[in-house]
Amino acid sequence: MKITVEQVEHVAKLARLNVGEDEKEMFAEQLSAILQYAEKLNELNTDGIEPTTHVLPLHSVTREDEVRESLPIEAVLRNAPDEEDGQFRVPAVLD
Amino acid sequence: MTLFDLGLREIHNRLHAGELSVTELVKDSLQKIGERDEKVKAFLTVDEEGALASAARLDDKLAGGGERGLLFGLPAGVKDNIVTEGLRTTCASQFLRNFDPVYDATVVKKLRAADSVTVGKLNMDEFAMGGSNENSSFYPVRNPWNTDRVPGGSSGGSAAAVAAGEVYFSLGSDTGGSIRQPASYCGVVGLKPTYGLVSRFGLVAFASSLDQIGPVTRTVEDSAYVLQAIAGHDDRDSTSANVDVPDYVSSLTGDIKGLRIAVPAEYMGEGVDPQVKESVMAAVRQLESLGATWEEVSLPHTEYALAAYYLLSSSEASSNLARFDGVRYGVRADNPDNLLDLYLKSRSEGFGDEVKRRIMLGTYALSSGYYDAYYLKAQKVRTLIKRDFDNVFEKFDVIVGPTAPTTAFAIGSQTDDPLTMYLNDILTIPVSLAGVPAISIPCGFADGMPVGLQIIGKPFDEQTVLRVSHAFEQSTDHHKRRPQL
Repeated sequence: MKITVEQVEHVAKLARLNVGEDEKEMFAEQLSAILQYAEKLNELNTDGIEPTTHVLPLHSVTREDEVRESLPIEAVLRNAPDEEDGQFRVPAVLD
Repeated sequence: MTLFDLGLREIHNRLHAGELSVTELVKDSLQKIGERDEKVKAFLTVDEEGALASAARLDDKLAGGGERGLLFGLPAGVKDNIVTEGLRTTCASQFLRNFDPVYDATVVKKLRAADSVTVGKLNMDEFAMGGSNENSSFYPVRNPWNTDRVPGGSSGGSAAAVAAGEVYFSLGSDTGGSIRQPASYCGVVGLKPTYGLVSRFGLVAFASSLDQIGPVTRTVEDSAYVLQAIAGHDDRDSTSANVDVPDYVSSLTGDIKGLRIAVPAEYMGEGVDPQVKESVMAAVRQLESLGATWEEVSLPHTEYALAAYYLLSSSEASSNLARFDGVRYGVRADNPDNLLDLYLKSRSEGFGDEVKRRIMLGTYALSSGYYDAYYLKAQKVRTLIKRDFDNVFEKFDVIVGPTAPTTAFAIGSQTDDPLTMYLNDILTIPVSLAGVPAISIPCGFADGMPVGLQIIGKPFDEQTVLRVSHAFEQSTDHHKRRPQL
């Protein structure tokens, strides 16, 4: 599978990454090589094989729906790049 | 000679007898870091003040005759992707260069409950993505046996700090070999427990179905002690296994008579350095002389593991790392035009190339039209790989082979080609996909660099893995050699 520069741009957009012009070529080349290597998996017939999402026989874990103590607001905001009135502040989403 | 060479039992005897204090132990650790870390670069943050305060508190406890925890007074380092309240945790990423966690990981709480002293945070590949520590965004760690070589990765700081005698033990994390491979390169003991045995609460997630925290130590006995302290169910980790924690230390009987060892042909094939093979076969014969039997077996899907792993782990990473958006924590780019621009700029400035590469690969593998061909296919192959292990474990107690195909390579020698770099993990990745426990212990040297022996066990059978490792270690001298720094 050959990844094109256009595909790199598309994936970068989905991944919320800016990729510079010179980086686009590099990523296209490297991702192509990795995906070409991954083609190897097609040598295996996996018809009827269940996928393994998890190695343990786990089920959803729930607890009683009761109010518990949570972190104080000051702690939650301690690492905030920008905050105001006890909330995270970001640029306007709507004009 | 450092105080750490005394070993856990003798250290505890001397503390008990009043011949040694925790403060002396911690000062010794801080002094070694001061002397040696200029060369090794294992630490990202040293918490001298906090460590000395903990030491003073433990010395008071000692004087008061209070009950002593399992790891009493032992100076430890913690990989920098495990959160420590009030102690900077960076994942070796510029994105988190100022991140100040607001809670402790469960393992950090458990270390404190066991009375060990955390002296600092250890360097790693950024977000645990890498096998050489060259992906740290701060500075690469160097191998204490030869500072021109890599220490392995991603827990390179964890392995190098123990090998250099800077801390008594450390914690690392292993996703595809990130504890075992650096332990192999640095000549120390690194254990990846069964997936689910140790809580992941507070471990910054890379690939959640694979990540597991484990100890890096100088001896197998120490590995058993640290595992004892950190294992167990945690209701804050939804994938934590609800199993009883056995007594690991008492399982170190030295007796392996009748043990059935499998040696996979695929782990001794081409691509594995002849000197590494020789050391590993000598180790197998040593185990045989101690009463075990061995046979060659096949893990037929080994050659597919690497491809399946990179698709699965990168897919999980692309999802997990979506949380780094510059809104709630981490760096935020200056002067974004709008919210989307804030995400784009913050992430692009904060992440290094390998992290971006894996996020892009994972995003691609999960994207519309490619999910079945890549992600689902890789999950099915994971089933086949797991079955390989199940089949062998029907007839054998442990699987033994090399941890890595070679010894530590030169810094800068593999940075141009991501695929070549990935091949260093080819013998640890299948084990991670199967979720079973495995350890790397020193089994010899090739051209002055340590060789690691990998011992793989059945799910939740760390006792056998540790017992075999201990029996081997006690009948050899490899673990007694120290690098000259």
